[in-house]
Amino acid sequence: MSDMTPETVRHLAGLARIALGEHEIQRLAGELTAIVDAVEAVQSVASDDVVPTSHPISLGNVFREDVVSQTLTTAEALAGAPDHDGSRFRVTAILGEEQ
Amino acid sequence: MNDIIRWSASELSTALSNGQLSSVEVTRAHLDEIARTDHLVGSFLALSDNALKRAAAIDEKRHAGEELGPLAGIPIAIKDVLCTTDMVTTAGSRILEGWLPPYDATVVTKIRAAGMVPLGKTNMDEFAMGSSTEHSGYHVTRNPWDLTKAPGGSGGGSASAVASRQAPLALGSDTGGSIRQPAAFTGTVGVKPTYGGVSRYGVIALASSLDQIGPVSRTVRDSALLHDHIAGHDPFDSTSIPTPWSSMVEAADQGAAELSLAGTRIGVVKQLQTEGVSPGVKERFEQALALMADHGAEIVEIDAPHCEYAVAAYYLILPAEASSNLAKFDSVRFGLRVTPEGNPTVEEVMSYTRDKGFGDEVKRRIILGTYALSAGYYDAYYGKAQKVRTLIQQDFSRAFEKVDVLVSPSAPTTAFALGAKLEDPLAMWAGDLTTIPANLAGIPGMSLPMGLSAQDGLPVGLQLMAPAYQDHRLYALGATLEALFLDRDGVLVSQSAPEVG
Repeated sequence: MSDMTPETVRHLAGLARIALGEHEIQRLAGELTAIVDAVEAVQSVASDDVVPTSHPISLGNVFREDVVSQTLTTAEALAGAPDHDGSRFRVTAILGEEQ
Repeated sequence: MNDIIRWSASELSTALSNGQLSSVEVTRAHLDEIARTDHLVGSFLALSDNALKRAAAIDEKRHAGEELGPLAGIPIAIKDVLCTTDMVTTAGSRILEGWLPPYDATVVTKIRAAGMVPLGKTNMDEFAMGSSTEHSGYHVTRNPWDLTKAPGGSGGGSASAVASRQAPLALGSDTGGSIRQPAAFTGTVGVKPTYGGVSRYGVIALASSLDQIGPVSRTVRDSALLHDHIAGHDPFDSTSIPTPWSSMVEAADQGAAELSLAGTRIGVVKQLQTEGVSPGVKERFEQALALMADHGAEIVEIDAPHCEYAVAAYYLILPAEASSNLAKFDSVRFGLRVTPEGNPTVEEVMSYTRDKGFGDEVKRRIILGTYALSAGYYDAYYGKAQKVRTLIQQDFSRAFEKVDVLVSPSAPTTAFALGAKLEDPLAMWAGDLTTIPANLAGIPGMSLPMGLSAQDGLPVGLQLMAPAYQDHRLYALGATLEALFLDRDGVLVSQSAPEVG
């Protein structure tokens, strides 16, 4: 059995930066308990001597020449931003009052 | 004139090059069909407003005697996961509503260079998370074979567009079956190439080690034609394979000409034929195996014991990678921003935006992925899942020592009813069992129609899988089987799709 309590979901949602409502937290705790129990099956098959695969086709390091090429202009990079000052993305305060 | 929409891309290619048809005629016929039927099917999230202009430009080039490739002037639908500078790109998510990317995905650049005419962007499950397209942040897409049924997912829009003849070709993305399962559900052909075979640059990433772009069409040859134009090395994608590819069209043409399967060893994966396979699918699959044997193929039963754990491993690896990839939707550089009352910090703005902008399935997977990657759980979940991935790869390597190609039903069932699995994520995920192993192992897979189910009259998909780099084997065998099915039934499943509206 997994330990997917509402408290755990609240903590994970904080890490993932999603302001879940209380109702959603309760619902997800139930759903994720069943899901984690199902995916736990992986623990019974893979022994210590199996090498993990992070990538299906192994290519090793990939290099390119370090040359300047065409990149986005500032205007292009800012075009889709919710808010900007013409040269930078604009956001609200980085630190809260108590920080 | 309305017949134009029934033509395959290969037929259109010939008609365009010999002057029988113009690209404007072909493009208009498909746009008219979209206008006539898309309020019923719901394949598209956005339509291009310069398709006819682009078609006219191709016609002009042709008149001027310019040398054009085989896809020049042919319309195509593009899954909304691919960045396009001239069409809003959302990946089916409200968090990207209205976003116009500053660059094209490499595959989009390639199809433009080939002279293709993009018609629009197709609907999908939000960030490709889903198997029915019901998790789209925008609207439902309906299966052209039965409008009460799901078209599959996540690429339900691309599949339904091609099945309902709104487009002769489409681009899809396949992370755990998002091209192949919708192809099976809609009676179309869909291919997931070898991982790294087609560039992922400009694809809104779901799970980077699993995602692959591929073609959707009504015939095997048409997929081959598109595959040849989108494959190849891309320096902008560091996982892109540098080895050049042989022609898939040549493989398909040889396969269609050579109707004998003598000497072909075909493996049937025991673990992919579970109790979940419906009787209608099972019957068609057994008929297909008998047909292959009748034409000389050697059928070999293959034991791939770790495929049993594929769904579990996949639903740890995918959420883990997705939770990391989707961190970029932070309300700063693009997309939605929701600012709560008061003087919120940027972190609060991010959290509110992500709560409002992401749908239920996306949140569920992000939380699950965050859990699988979190300190103290990483080894038990993500680490173990990566080991299962190795074991599945080893199963496949052993299998391909004995056989040339593996086959299974593309999906355990035919198209299910809209809403049937929406409230039960585990039931929805279980249906991905047949397609997931190819993504985990990085090998290429194809789904092609193998008939209609006697149970419900809906299309049934046959999946072919080949070793990595051997994509051409799928086209050769796929084209042979397609010709044999045509010979048996007198008509291709994709040609017999009912007219919508």
